[in-house]
Amino acid sequence: MGIEGIGARVARKEDKRFITGAGRYVDDMVVPGMKHAAFVRSPYAHAQIKKIDVKAAKAMPGVIGVLTGKELKADGIGNLICGWMIHSKDGTPMKMGAWSPLAVDKVRYVGDAVVIVVADTKGQARDAAEAVEISYKELKAVTEAVDALKPGAPQIHPEADGNLIFDWEIGDSAATDAAIKAAAHVTRIKIVNNRLVPNAMEPRAALGQYDKAEDHYTCWTTSQNPHVARLVMSAFYNVAPENKLRVIAPDVGGGFGSKIYIYPEEIVCLWASKKTGVPVKWVADRTESFLTDAHGRDHVSMVEMAFDKDNRVTGLKVDTIANLGAYMSLFSSCVPTYLYATLLSGQYNIPAIHANVRTVYTNTAPVDAYRGAGRPEATYLLERTMETAARELGVSPAELRRKNFITEFPHQTPVIMCYDAGDYGASMDAAMKAADYAGFAKRKAAAAKKGKLRGIGMSNYIEACGIAPSAAVGSLGAGVGLWESAEVRVNAVGTIEVLTGSHSHGQGHETTFAQLVNQRFGMPIDQVSIIHGDTDKVQMGMGTYGSRSGAVGMSAVAKALDKVEAKAKKIAAHMLEADESDIVIEDGTLKVAGTDKSVPWFQMALAAYTAHNLPSGMEPGLKETAFYDPSNFTFPAGCYICEVEIDPETGVTEIVQFVAADDFGNIINPMIVEGQVHGGIAQGVGQALLEGAYYDQTGQLLTASYMDYTMPRASDLPSFKVSTSNTPCPGNPLGIKGCGEAGAIGSPPAVMNAMTDALGTNELTMPASPSRVWAAIHSAKH
Amino acid sequence: MSDVSLTINGRKVSGSVEDRTLLVHFLREHEGLTGTHVGCDTSQCGACVVHVDGKAVKSCTMLAVQASGSTVLTIEGLAHGADLHPVQAAFKEHHGLQCGFCTPGMIMTATDMIARHPEGLDEATVRAELEGNICRCTGYHNIVKAILAASKTMAKAGKGKAKVAA
Repeated sequence: MGIEGIGARVARKEDKRFITGAGRYVDDMVVPGMKHAAFVRSPYAHAQIKKIDVKAAKAMPGVIGVLTGKELKADGIGNLICGWMIHSKDGTPMKMGAWSPLAVDKVRYVGDAVVIVVADTKGQARDAAEAVEISYKELKAVTEAVDALKPGAPQIHPEADGNLIFDWEIGDSAATDAAIKAAAHVTRIKIVNNRLVPNAMEPRAALGQYDKAEDHYTCWTTSQNPHVARLVMSAFYNVAPENKLRVIAPDVGGGFGSKIYIYPEEIVCLWASKKTGVPVKWVADRTESFLTDAHGRDHVSMVEMAFDKDNRVTGLKVDTIANLGAYMSLFSSCVPTYLYATLLSGQYNIPAIHANVRTVYTNTAPVDAYRGAGRPEATYLLERTMETAARELGVSPAELRRKNFITEFPHQTPVIMCYDAGDYGASMDAAMKAADYAGFAKRKAAAAKKGKLRGIGMSNYIEACGIAPSAAVGSLGAGVGLWESAEVRVNAVGTIEVLTGSHSHGQGHETTFAQLVNQRFGMPIDQVSIIHGDTDKVQMGMGTYGSRSGAVGMSAVAKALDKVEAKAKKIAAHMLEADESDIVIEDGTLKVAGTDKSVPWFQMALAAYTAHNLPSGMEPGLKETAFYDPSNFTFPAGCYICEVEIDPETGVTEIVQFVAADDFGNIINPMIVEGQVHGGIAQGVGQALLEGAYYDQTGQLLTASYMDYTMPRASDLPSFKVSTSNTPCPGNPLGIKGCGEAGAIGSPPAVMNAMTDALGTNELTMPASPSRVWAAIHSAKH
Repeated sequence: MSDVSLTINGRKVSGSVEDRTLLVHFLREHEGLTGTHVGCDTSQCGACVVHVDGKAVKSCTMLAVQASGSTVLTIEGLAHGADLHPVQAAFKEHHGLQCGFCTPGMIMTATDMIARHPEGLDEATVRAELEGNICRCTGYHNIVKAILAASKTMAKAGKGKAKVAA
């Protein structure tokens, strides 16, 4: 490992602009003639639109245009779609209701966009939006998925009878029933995974610019995957053909999944730019973000886990109802199915698994992937159940898990996934040691003396990352392939540009991708630039989500580097009159092994571009492209241990210790990996103790600002003890598994297992707020 | 409309603004100082923190006209030329930022915090003092580490107080 190579703790190249205020986010963009948009949104969760009167709004100062869904439809702009087909167990396709970027006849959740107003200033656009008169006929609304399935519930889309989108299953129902019937013990538990709002700190924004002379559109947007945005806006929404649409995702202030999707606003801003003849910028305020960003989680599940007399798990049966909100967001269907139920085997040898999943429309914001996407739901369900089972069986939670660990690889689970490598015992040992698990009883006794309730909880997660092998996801219904692309350009003076389809919105790619180049060729990372986020610069790519940038994106870079290396060696061999198999590259120099003959990297690069003396038949230049399609998912796994102290007088919880021991495969930059884990844990702790999106019965979002939705703050969290014990991933050239989501996946059950341990109950739902904790203590006393 | 004139990052500026213009919008839209961010609209997240007359202020809670006559320091004015402020340097060294959106507000809060605690800082104090700043990426772990490190560096250099007052 060099000082900037693979495994080095290199400070980030991109930090300079962020710490000096020179970051460039969408809201920072100004283009000539730019005007500002405000959306008129539905104040009702469910209503018919009777009449829209824009006359008064159009007469307001500074107003340039007031546009409705009817005009949008007349121009042929298409409906938003869900890009992953799921079939119900009876073979029928999922029931996708129409989602117009601007509602035409009906609104289905509070925040549904109805009208766009474009004006000289943001303030004028908002003033005019207030003057748009819309008559609604309010309809009865339903917000909970369980209620939406009940007979007589309000019908939200004509396409989905009884609001059921699909009724899907996976696994062997008969074998699982038989295991439960023959079990020595069955643990039964209801698991609720609370609805969350991702809350990237940068609110969503879009700037659409139509160039009349070229009949060309440019869209600056807060996206994790600008190429997918362009593809979908071209192929499905009829905004413009791909060659007439450039999508730029500049600095993006966090995503966590919520910026994967193509939302109505960027489509409408592009269309409105053509209609009004001016560039149109829209920036969400925080309440708009709460109302309209895709939310996460929101599952209700019934679980049965069967054990034999030796406490080995023999079967797992799960029945889940998942709330998908008012419309099917872009990847909403795969989250509670293939990203969820395929991970229900966890780290355990479970011979029989069956899961049934019903997805449901409600009058709430669309629900899609949020950090972890399905895998946190699976992990929470499994790890709460495992902990509960240990308590019921009267055995150590750690030993019950250890007894059921998968120890031989590859391991085929009964739910599609084939785990390639791992050492679950190693992570558990590391976590238990770091947490001084053995010393807990003493600490609990000491806490009791102070009048505090102390609890310890464990969680052993596994996730499927590196999303994903294209053929595999295609066979499961995905509308896209999930490979990644890279282009490596060696300039004539030897500096290097790497163009990647991965998108960095906090992950530090400008540093880690450069480390990969340093490892290979030895030049300093400041001579390597990473270019991403612009469809005019970078060839087609699939973007960043599912912890895929390392395992898939960097593997594509590695493949392109292979090609560059091969050609560079050929050129150097020709220059040095040596055999190319004898050329080695060290510290920015191409050397003939075992001799003192060498040529500096920059001279070789220059030779490639002067092309005065290249090997016969070789094309000039040094630029290579690669597409990498993974052969399997990757399987990061680990063990998290949380220790809490609860004040029984107030119900206030303090996390006194949090330990994470992860297996991420090979690591490029430990500092960045640790940062990813810290952030993930904070979001997981937030889910467990603080965060929850609540609608009232009429469908008003009660938690629509930071004054109502509790974001984790510095004083809610401890410093974390994180470590890794890694088994390289055999599935990609770099041995990387991915680390972006682990913290958010592994932590909620660890926290809740600690909470329930402290409280002596198995019944506690997230978020375990002080009032819920106090109520649990109070009800246990009486 | 109202006239405002103030000193921003050592430069005198003036303009005519709508009465309802917030200081943050004046900085971003009139002065092009886009390092100061708007993250929440309810004065909860702290992405908009700047220094007004030497004190950390959420620039979304203050009207531009209220700041008239004041001296304002934004993230763009914190470094001395090519030399990063010790807090900026510590955020980079300790990986105290990921997406960078909350970072300017965090750094401006941190410099103010360090100046108000010449006796030095401990972890609990830093965490408590960060109450008004939300970060969604880092879990605060490395932000706390960076602030503690910068506090020590500045105490050694003896320039914590002077820097912020500048």
